[in-house]
Amino acid sequence: MTSTDTATRRITAAKAMAEGIALEMRRDPDVFVMGEDVGAYGGIFGSTTDLFAEFGADRVIDTPISETGFIGAGIGAAVEGLRPVVELMFIDFYGVCMDQITNHMAKIHYESGGNVTVPMVLMAATGGGYSDGAQHSQCLWGTFAHLPGIKVVVPSNPYDAKGLMISAIQDDNPVLYLFHKGAQGLVWMEKNPRSIGHVPEESFTVPIGKAAVAREGTDVTIVTLALSVQHSLDAAEQVADDGISVEVVDLRSLVPLDTETVLASVAKTGRVLVVDEDYRSFGLTGEIAAVIAEHDPTMLKKPFRRLAVPDVPIPYARVLERGILPTRDKIAACVTDLMA
Amino acid sequence: MNPLNRLDLYKEMVRIRQYESRILQEYHADKKPAWDIGAGLIPGEMHLSAGQEPAAVGVCAHLRKGDAITAPHRPHHFALAHGVDMNAMTAEIYGRDTGLCHGKGGHMHLFDPENHFSCSGIIAQGYPVACGQALAFKRKGTDHVAVAVAGEGAANQGAFHESLNLAALWKLPVIFVIEDNDWAISVPRSHSTANASNADRAAGYGMPGVRIENNDVEAVFEAAGAAIDRARAGEGPSLLEIHTLRLFGHFEGDAQAYRGADLDTVHDRDPIPRYAGVLKELGELSDEQIASIAAEATTEVDAAITFATSSPSPTADDALLHVFA
Repeated sequence: MTSTDTATRRITAAKAMAEGIALEMRRDPDVFVMGEDVGAYGGIFGSTTDLFAEFGADRVIDTPISETGFIGAGIGAAVEGLRPVVELMFIDFYGVCMDQITNHMAKIHYESGGNVTVPMVLMAATGGGYSDGAQHSQCLWGTFAHLPGIKVVVPSNPYDAKGLMISAIQDDNPVLYLFHKGAQGLVWMEKNPRSIGHVPEESFTVPIGKAAVAREGTDVTIVTLALSVQHSLDAAEQVADDGISVEVVDLRSLVPLDTETVLASVAKTGRVLVVDEDYRSFGLTGEIAAVIAEHDPTMLKKPFRRLAVPDVPIPYARVLERGILPTRDKIAACVTDLMA
Repeated sequence: MNPLNRLDLYKEMVRIRQYESRILQEYHADKKPAWDIGAGLIPGEMHLSAGQEPAAVGVCAHLRKGDAITAPHRPHHFALAHGVDMNAMTAEIYGRDTGLCHGKGGHMHLFDPENHFSCSGIIAQGYPVACGQALAFKRKGTDHVAVAVAGEGAANQGAFHESLNLAALWKLPVIFVIEDNDWAISVPRSHSTANASNADRAAGYGMPGVRIENNDVEAVFEAAGAAIDRARAGEGPSLLEIHTLRLFGHFEGDAQAYRGADLDTVHDRDPIPRYAGVLKELGELSDEQIASIAAEATTEVDAAITFATSSPSPTADDALLHVFA
């Protein structure tokens, strides 16, 4: 949905990220796009909407189902000075191309003693909530954030989707850009109003490595990302009726992680809930706990609290999937509990 | 090789088509007013195999209980043709506790160990697994075979190539089936694959390969019979590429704008009415039989839908079960 009034036009996150790519492609002839169904189809989740019409098959390339092949090709093109934007259709498909990502894309700069750069964006769809089952619903940002050498960005809204994409393309490092399918504003998915928003037409950047305070508050800090930001904002509105003031910190980047913003918020409220749609153990939630504990555990008035997907594969049936996802109701319940 | 039974081939294709048509109907029925992929009694993605019945029916006609199949994200035709229970399969698609996987797997993850049937949503990754099943059969000294099913897009994935080499090297009793339905979502074969035929690639890997045109169930039957006999006799793997037809979209909800003029003639190429015509011409199928076969299929499918929709759902806590044995 778009408004024709350019001063306040509202577009979906999908359109916003595609627009970011388009602006960079206009500015820099070395930028090109590769992936499955990124051409005429516009990307399965709308990530390359309208790019093919503007730039054609030479710069928006439909690849075979050969992730190791085309992600590796992206790396090679990048080391030779081009700036590829490569799409891995679902982050869950990482299994078939993980070596290229973590042993090559991530490590070449370091292994070369800083002599070789890989200015590449790897974008991928993440997230569940619509019964796509165990192999098509994962988030996995914790896995990638854990492995050194990749910047990891995760927008939660259309404005950041565009700004982070432009920053990612301009960054000389490999950037993993994860977009939540439920936050793309797609007409064929559940309507999340926060997935459509005002986005300026011109080029702008959102800094990588800087979190945003999406909502200011004084009682509880929610640290979160992606679609869970939207759910947390909804939950915050809900508990405001009960007099609870929630601050929502939208991480926006996992690597680098903006610990300063997180710690400042926790210092203010003394109560923290990390909401993460990724698996619970050995991931983001544990990382935030460690950051707080290492800095000053006495900041906390209540024990650290996390709401994440339990350590189980994502089940198919709706009742099962809802049972494990960090829903708005669960977020609100955790917040209420922290105030008890 | 089993003897050709034309009526059986026709009946099974009709049965599968009736199933896919009914699932199509039910899948869309409750996603109104605004289409939402996660809504309704059958949520999530749905990849239907209408048009590809000849591939499943021609191959499975030679399979016995104990033979294994690994299928991709578009599995229903092979599942049904191989004897997976329609009620349990449907209950799984509806996410019910009586489903094959207690609602954990859904339509892309149908597991039926009794029939050695499984499917998965990661392209080509069923190929190595089928090699493993074939390895097990060989080590156990049975003459069972494994069938690995994937699309033409999958033949460009690394796992395809590794599997073919492994199977040829170890002389595994596996049959690699490629269903070439012309489209990998929106990408036509001409844009994805350097070879005109994967039978050529099979030769490159040291095994016989055949490409069957025209979505011809009897040609599939014949070629599959030969390949399966070969495997059972311990002579190793083969590849069958079947040029078939995707009657519907890649997934339900796919507007198929990319398909262009191809869509105009897609129903003219429907293999089932065509085969009915062939059998009528041979005097092996009457209009009465066509009607009664259709009615029988409808009855069976209706019963499966009823079974599924009246089955209990799992409870939220069940999500924590079955991570480990």
